[in-house]
Amino acid sequence: MNIEKSEVWITGIGLVSSLGEGLDTHWQQLTAGNIPAPSVDTEDQAPYSVHPIVDYDLATQIPKRSDQRQMGPWQQLGTYAAGLALDDAGIAHNPDLLAATNMIVAAGGGERDIEVDSAIMDALDTSDNPAALLNASLMSELRPTLFLAQLSNLMAGNISIVHGVTDSSRTFMGEEMAGVSAIETAAAQIQNGQGEVFLVGGAYIAERADMTMLMALGDALWKGDHASVWSRAKRDGGMIMGSAGVFLVLESRQHAEARGVKPYARLNKVVSDRCNRRAGAAHKVAETLLEQVSEQLPEGPLAVLSGCCGVQPQLSEERAFLESLSERGISPAIRGATTLFGNTMEAQFPFNVALASLAISRGAFFDPFDNSGIEQPFSDNPERVLISTWGHWRGESLALIDTPDAPLRGED
Amino acid sequence: MGQSVRDHKGRPIVVVTGIGIVTSLGEGKADNWRKLTTGTSGVRKISRFSTEGLRTEIAGLVDWTGEGQYCAPLHSLALARKSAVEAIAQSSIGSRGSFPGPLFLAVSPAETNWDQRMEIYRGAAGSNNSGSGYERLVRNSATGDFRHYYSLYQFGSIAEHLADEFGTRGQPISLTTACASGATAVQLGVEAIRRGDTDAALCMGTEGAICEEVVVRFTLLSALSTQNDDPQGASKPFSKTRDGFVMAEGSATLVLESYDAAKARGAKILGVVRGTGERADTFHRTRSKPDGSAIIDTITRSLADTGMSAEDIDCINAHGTSTPENDKMEYLALSEALGSHLADTPISSNKSMIGHTLSAAGAIEAAISLLTIDAGVIPPTINCHEQDPNILMDVVPNVKRDQAINTVMSNSFGFGGQNVCLIFSAEPA
Repeated sequence: MNIEKSEVWITGIGLVSSLGEGLDTHWQQLTAGNIPAPSVDTEDQAPYSVHPIVDYDLATQIPKRSDQRQMGPWQQLGTYAAGLALDDAGIAHNPDLLAATNMIVAAGGGERDIEVDSAIMDALDTSDNPAALLNASLMSELRPTLFLAQLSNLMAGNISIVHGVTDSSRTFMGEEMAGVSAIETAAAQIQNGQGEVFLVGGAYIAERADMTMLMALGDALWKGDHASVWSRAKRDGGMIMGSAGVFLVLESRQHAEARGVKPYARLNKVVSDRCNRRAGAAHKVAETLLEQVSEQLPEGPLAVLSGCCGVQPQLSEERAFLESLSERGISPAIRGATTLFGNTMEAQFPFNVALASLAISRGAFFDPFDNSGIEQPFSDNPERVLISTWGHWRGESLALIDTPDAPLRGED
Repeated sequence: MGQSVRDHKGRPIVVVTGIGIVTSLGEGKADNWRKLTTGTSGVRKISRFSTEGLRTEIAGLVDWTGEGQYCAPLHSLALARKSAVEAIAQSSIGSRGSFPGPLFLAVSPAETNWDQRMEIYRGAAGSNNSGSGYERLVRNSATGDFRHYYSLYQFGSIAEHLADEFGTRGQPISLTTACASGATAVQLGVEAIRRGDTDAALCMGTEGAICEEVVVRFTLLSALSTQNDDPQGASKPFSKTRDGFVMAEGSATLVLESYDAAKARGAKILGVVRGTGERADTFHRTRSKPDGSAIIDTITRSLADTGMSAEDIDCINAHGTSTPENDKMEYLALSEALGSHLADTPISSNKSMIGHTLSAAGAIEAAISLLTIDAGVIPPTINCHEQDPNILMDVVPNVKRDQAINTVMSNSFGFGGQNVCLIFSAEPA
């Protein structure tokens, strides 16, 4: 078949992070001429720092208290951000459009009840009939709503219930790469006429002892005070987890033009692959991925958003890969987004796509997030932004967000 | 090269060239089919963990695989591996450790089991076990003594391990749409082949995550049968006395290929995926819209995707969970979507024998739908001694039926409102 592939436009963005809510807030802080102070909590998950989610007004997107009560903080944040994106794209409250909107959510799972878990662990430790005690404790302490709040696919379920999105609904799992696969799949479907409008994104809440435990098992967390992601190479590396809820509306060009909607940017390409992470393997994968986008990367300055999470040796490998772009005559202006926002896991890639779209639509790139010299200034109007994503455990991806041949949404 | 064959919408035709299955009934197609057609139940008393104080003491566990101490991701991985080995061997596709296409894995979300949580909490010998609760758990986690659990409990863990072993292409996709997950995995494979992104896809579902807490959770939703005294009779879809589903484990793998690619390499075609349909519900977190409109749409859209009409459906592989709500709603939706043809269409629930394999169910039932076409035999809905008088369908009660079958519809409806319908036919398309 030689059917011309549809262009994929980004026509809606819903964004909440540790630094604030909405594109304007992020734009102001990331272009103020100095490095914004990240929002860091050193107590909640001590000895690890986290970026807590900013206060937001849940009721503006999830008006019914009965709906709010059915979710934990993770599902609430995702459902809230999804509502923002639908509003922003002009889809919210439009039954016809909502019924034709497909959804791919990148999800981990919802919060466990830390108090209940803790009480059960402490009791089991000294019990002489732990099996019976565990069953009795679970039967008396768990609540039905808590289980539903933990289910991974129930973020999508809640988005359908609260906002009325009812075409296809899929939930992808798999940490950072779930976010990549969600957007890569949605884009492939749009390009091939398997859907015109997709709501894609995810959320992560860093203030969660159950996830702190999981990451601590792999010694993957940065200990101590906040530090720029690049500077963590000096002390064995480590992640600072971040909180964010982000959803994007991806739409075929034809569909957006037919309903008179201007894009923030175009999703030109998302490519991904994996390896077993033996030394040098991820760098090799990234080189292969680069070949798939390189013809669209002219020589000269290039705006680059890196999702580098901070664990070693990936940190050093990804940095070396990005700096090797210079061998192709490209001068990368790298921004390590995790320095300011932390690793927002499943939400990380959608978040970087949102930031890249913001930069394209406003015609400027962000000030450096780090002053060690690795992040060079970028004074041009960025026609494209390259996003690099390496999962903390598995998976590598490159994506190119660029300027379509069409009027963009600016600061209107 | 022969002429490229397309479906009614000009898309590549998707066929199945390999099937693998493991359920509470046994391992492999032959053993499962023999038990399915003789109306055997795989439901038993739970022996994996103590059921003292639980309302439900039965399940269709696959508890003979012997990985040592139970650990959910290792068990789900073991089941997935079995079905993948069988399917890939049947298909003779690729070479050992090199499957020429992507992996779509339906899998339940990763969760640390209580045994492992307590193992970490208690710490390795000589641990500083001061403090309590998560403070102690997190501190012991950071000792490095339990590093093997780090990758194991990532949400992408099982798919990554499978991708390493079977050499699938690209980033594997782990997905969940609750009880529709297995069918969603097939959908994603169909869509990738129709796009021309790949000539083959490995579509799998696995469920090995049944532990105390999972039983308690579904108990609290009043979803499980409590007919503990008669395990084999407890799952009774469409019966008047049905009282909930029976949890179960298992895995199935389908090797999907484009018709052209399968023909070109001379592969035996086991069936055609004619179409898929989907529609998310907005009503409730665990219940369908009372008018059934989302499920009706799901079924109608699957028919539209195939270009077939209701009359072309020869038999239905039901979602048929044995919960009062599901079976009633499935009947309502089928009545609306298929109209008078429903009265002439046998509908059978494999869950009456296997139990409800949650994340794997859609894939397992897709596999059985294809075996049904191949054999010309419809497995029965067992335990149907008093059919619900409000469910007026031919549910193939208790005894298999010999009947030539060309096309099967397979339904999967999930908590969270995610509904999928798949339609399979015999070759030729």
